[in-house]
Amino acid sequence: MSDNKQIVADIDHSLYDFKDIENEKDFYRMEEGLTEETVLKVSEEKNDPDWMRDFRLECLKLYNEIKMPNWGPSIEGLDMDKISSYVRHKSDMKGKWEDVPEDIKNTFEKLGIPQAERESLAGVGAQYDSELVYHNVKDEVAAQGVIYTDLESALRSEYADMIKSHFMKLVPPTDHKFAALHGAVWSGGSFVYVPKNVKVEIPLQSYFRLNAAGAGQFEHTLIIVDEGADLHFIEGCSAPKYNVANLHAGCVELYVGKNARLRYSTIENWSKNMYNLNTKRALVEENGIMEWVSGSFGSHTSYLYPMTILKGDNSKMEFTGITFAGKGQNLDTGAKVVHQGERTSSVINTKSISKDGGIGTYRSSVTIQSTAKKAKASISCDSLMLDSISRADTIPGMDIRTSDADVGHEAKIGRISDEAIFYLMSRGISEEDAKAMIVSGFANPVSKELPLEYAVEMNNLIKLEMSGNG
Amino acid sequence: MSEQSLLQVKDLSVSIDNELPILNNINLDIKPGETHVLMGPNGAGKSTLGFSLMGNPHYCVTGGQILFDGQDITNLSADKRAKAGMFLSFQNPYEVPGISMGSFIRNAYHAQTGAPVKLLQFQKSLKAAMELLSMDESYADRDLNVGFSGGEKKKAEILQLLMMNPKFAILDETDSGLDVDAVRTVSKGIEEYQKKKDGALLIITHSTKILESLHVDYTHVLVKGSIVHTGGASLVDEINENGFERFIKED
Repeated sequence: MSDNKQIVADIDHSLYDFKDIENEKDFYRMEEGLTEETVLKVSEEKNDPDWMRDFRLECLKLYNEIKMPNWGPSIEGLDMDKISSYVRHKSDMKGKWEDVPEDIKNTFEKLGIPQAERESLAGVGAQYDSELVYHNVKDEVAAQGVIYTDLESALRSEYADMIKSHFMKLVPPTDHKFAALHGAVWSGGSFVYVPKNVKVEIPLQSYFRLNAAGAGQFEHTLIIVDEGADLHFIEGCSAPKYNVANLHAGCVELYVGKNARLRYSTIENWSKNMYNLNTKRALVEENGIMEWVSGSFGSHTSYLYPMTILKGDNSKMEFTGITFAGKGQNLDTGAKVVHQGERTSSVINTKSISKDGGIGTYRSSVTIQSTAKKAKASISCDSLMLDSISRADTIPGMDIRTSDADVGHEAKIGRISDEAIFYLMSRGISEEDAKAMIVSGFANPVSKELPLEYAVEMNNLIKLEMSGNG
Repeated sequence: MSEQSLLQVKDLSVSIDNELPILNNINLDIKPGETHVLMGPNGAGKSTLGFSLMGNPHYCVTGGQILFDGQDITNLSADKRAKAGMFLSFQNPYEVPGISMGSFIRNAYHAQTGAPVKLLQFQKSLKAAMELLSMDESYADRDLNVGFSGGEKKKAEILQLLMMNPKFAILDETDSGLDVDAVRTVSKGIEEYQKKKDGALLIITHSTKILESLHVDYTHVLVKGSIVHTGGASLVDEINENGFERFIKED
């Protein structure tokens, strides 16, 4: 199987870069900037319940009070006065692919989304700018009682109370400035509920596409996997490139019940004018398992540290991530974990590649609280620099409050070796292919964790980055 | 045996980063199917010659020419030399994590021939070659050279030699660091290439054990970057008995 992954077809970058400007008149676009008025307009557009409208206003207040983060990559190029926080097509969400407006359908067809659904997914959600344009779940999955819908509809359904008691409780708006921003203008995203002991055999997927220039995308993903249930959720993101800054400040809240398992996979390929300030967090109950697979390829600047709170005894988390920082990119990524329960365990494995002056920083935080007797944590981060102008940094943080914790940390930073390239070339492999082969070999522990079609996409992205056209 | 040369090295001089000269006016003429042995004391420049012939960009050709199969390859990159039919078995093969040995060989084979690889046929011949080299089948699925012992790494090089089937192969100290059994096994692989595939060889070696079962046409002695003596197969035995002293004095 892994053999097939190394032979990848050439791809055309226009796959991600096409724009759809002719049809702009079909879109409703909110004026740029962030005021009480714009927040109320979003709320009105969304037909929010009262509590949500009030929550948004409270978040706006917090947003104005909280300072910009000053510890990571610069986000000075991001000017909220120039970002439109809400853009939607003048049509409603569809449950049938044929009913999705032609222009949007074309975009997703080019990205291969409907095909993927037919072939290997249990359900698909597709978000275009601020709104879900399509949502569908296979009948047999729906029959198991699995709920997979847009958050707005869920807010008006029998699950309204469940959402109210979970929404932004794991990532409170006080967490940081962009969490507050998210709370104020969030739109779109998905709600998933997997009932007790239900195992969803094939993955659910959401695809987020930000097509409008100078816009923000603030989708909210809320997943509740009840006791003994099992789910694999896949998230894909992309956008065409513009000369103005775009912002992605999504929020993902994951609740993993007792004895449940959730796998959350992401391949992110935002365009290189994107500020990706995304917050993801999971809460895991007793014996629960949280697995993250995260590939970060795009964006101009990223702050991304999926966090897991191992609340229940014997709960586990595993994080596998890869970051590829090319020219002009500053990607600050990693993971966070908080051990609360006894005998909780976490494994973090990350790979970072930097090229053409790109900066890749691995940043992590592992906290073992005093209640987490006999906790185990293992961290391994590898960085590969492809030339002498690129940078790789490792910033691991640890806070251990028990005496019996078992913690291991291993970090490696290196440059691609000329001798290795020569070795492969001496077997008839071209220089470019030799480098790509070494890099995909380096990335293999991550692609192994992805479903085949995503592993292929990841290898395509690596090849694209390696050829300098990323 | 054809009279046409396969590899012709004419007055080749090589330095590292255009500074230290390592090889001076090397001349070699290897015909198809011939086996040449290159011996010499440590630091004479034997591996440098191997790397230079294969096109390692770390070594700069400061003078002379390399002709292969009638084509001037002096300025060709290593991949193009490989495609022309050259092969180098490395003294220290590189570890490539994340790429299995089997798929690597298949990729390399495909890169060299440009033709699609017939999977079943490929796997069959890979299996046969591994058997000949007493390599466990599981090595095909392991990351190339990662965690291989010294002996397994050398076997993996000879395995690649047999699978690529080049016109000419340079073996850089393929026998160094191997125990007696491993030398015998590796030597069996080389014999297969030499006899059944009529491959030409330049064997760089310190010792003579690996040569015992091989037919040798010429022996060259390299001292301080120059070939100071060329003889037949019997020269190997002489060096085996008396060492290089005679040639060093001559120099």
